[in-house]
Amino acid sequence: MRLTLAEVEHIAELAHLSLGEEEKVRYREQLSAILEYAQQLQELDTDAVSPTATVLPIHSVTRPDNPQPSMGQDDLLSNAPASADGMFRVPVILE
Amino acid sequence: MEYEAVIGLEVHAQLATRSKMFCGCDANVFEAKPNTHTCPVCTGMPGALPVINELAVEYAIMAGLALNCQIAKFTKWDRKNYHYPDLPKGYQISQYDLPLARDGWLTIEVNGYQKRVDIRRAHLEEDTGKSSHAGDHSLVDLNRSGVPLLEVVTEPDLRSAEETYAFLVTLRSILRYLGISTADMEKGAMRCEPNISLRPVGAEEYGRQTEIKNLNSFRAVRAALAYEIDRQTRILESGGRVERVTMGWDEQRGVTIPQRSKETAEDYRYFPEPDLPPLLIGQEWVERVRAQLPELPDARKARFIEHYGLSAYDAGVLVADKETADFYEDAARAYGGKPKTVSNWVSGELFRLAKESGAAGGVTPAGLAELVSLVDRGAISNSTAKEVLAEMYRSGEAAGEIVARRGLAQISDQEVLEAAVVQVLAENPEQVQQYLAGKETIAQWLMGQVMRATRGKANPQVALALLTRQLDARKEQS
Repeated sequence: MRLTLAEVEHIAELAHLSLGEEEKVRYREQLSAILEYAQQLQELDTDAVSPTATVLPIHSVTRPDNPQPSMGQDDLLSNAPASADGMFRVPVILE
Repeated sequence: MEYEAVIGLEVHAQLATRSKMFCGCDANVFEAKPNTHTCPVCTGMPGALPVINELAVEYAIMAGLALNCQIAKFTKWDRKNYHYPDLPKGYQISQYDLPLARDGWLTIEVNGYQKRVDIRRAHLEEDTGKSSHAGDHSLVDLNRSGVPLLEVVTEPDLRSAEETYAFLVTLRSILRYLGISTADMEKGAMRCEPNISLRPVGAEEYGRQTEIKNLNSFRAVRAALAYEIDRQTRILESGGRVERVTMGWDEQRGVTIPQRSKETAEDYRYFPEPDLPPLLIGQEWVERVRAQLPELPDARKARFIEHYGLSAYDAGVLVADKETADFYEDAARAYGGKPKTVSNWVSGELFRLAKESGAAGGVTPAGLAELVSLVDRGAISNSTAKEVLAEMYRSGEAAGEIVARRGLAQISDQEVLEAAVVQVLAENPEQVQQYLAGKETIAQWLMGQVMRATRGKANPQVALALLTRQLDARKEQS
């Protein structure tokens, strides 16, 4: 399965990456190789197998609805590159 | 050509759990200090793991049953991937191909006709944070991140702005009866994104649709859809083509405007959430929830008609809001008389007062029952009762106290009224003569004088009887 350059550009955009022309060509090769490798799985007949929702041997793990203490605002924002008015400050969002 | 609108809805309702969907942070974040209801899980710190809030699942089952849905025996979680600053993990935990509930329906009533609206699915997910825009930068508050959301998706069964409005009111009413959401659109606890297209009446195929965002009230939904139907009609009639875009509702200007959006189609790359094992919902759980479901608006309406002898219209008005229905029932029980009388007071005077003040007011069910009883006993007139109710509404004072303090009690005392009647007749000999001469309509004018003499407090029935008796006596003498 060989990706087109347009597909590489689409994936880069979804990932918020800006790639140079040379990078697009390089990643096209690498991503295609990965997909081709994984494509071997398509040879298996999985008609009788239900889709895997989890690989864990457990299900239905829940907790009761009891509020627990939260982090402090200062603690949370200490990781933020920039903050203002108790909030994360980020580049302007275009909507 | 005649066109018809085809409308489908995506509705999000915040569930009123105490803690968030996947962590223990307090979920009541309305007007909380920014970023104080947060923890490593709901802010997407590396290594933090989500755990399902069992009550949120139970609430979703309740909603699913109330919407006549099938509840999934096996349901799972999926990641919906996209980048936005208010989504700290870079994905939202949602449900994709195996929603908790599916294939339901709801009956709505619009301008006297009933209609069934099919529900495609209802599933659980987590809310995002909130971003606000401040000039050259944006600010992000993650309090809301992780609050449980119920998403309800309808089939494109709605055909007008009115039907859509009715659907939302009905859905809100059900969520409130269940006690699982405040469903308050103004406060963002319920959000609605309609998609709408037009097609020639009778056509099977759907037209090209637009989606409308930024709707912060039921009225806005109705107004935006009416506008959008009009806009699309004009485009189609002039031979144009509706662009498949997201429109934003501009409340001030009352118009929908295309929102700037990227060229790329939505591509969320859903995949199963590896951090959460699937959820198995046993039949016992579903049946236990079903057994605990409260009486829902439709059933309550039927009971009000049957048990209280109310008209379908009156019952419908009362049950639309759970608190109003509760108030009515408590008042009707406390009153014990004809239930219709209390219904008239609730949907008449009380609604008017609530509309004028926009507040809840200080009238209790027992207080209203007392007031209506005072009217029944003839202690106060109907018009005085309205005045008293307005004061009860403002101050919370009891009807009896207001009547006593302000001296509003109706005069039914025969001696007192007789004296007033005799005095009025003595003061107006000319009119009495006209009456005796055969101009019987003058009795009404004399009655008015009696009411004036008693400053409006005379019991009209008693006073009229006394006046008639006095006049008849004079007639016999003459």
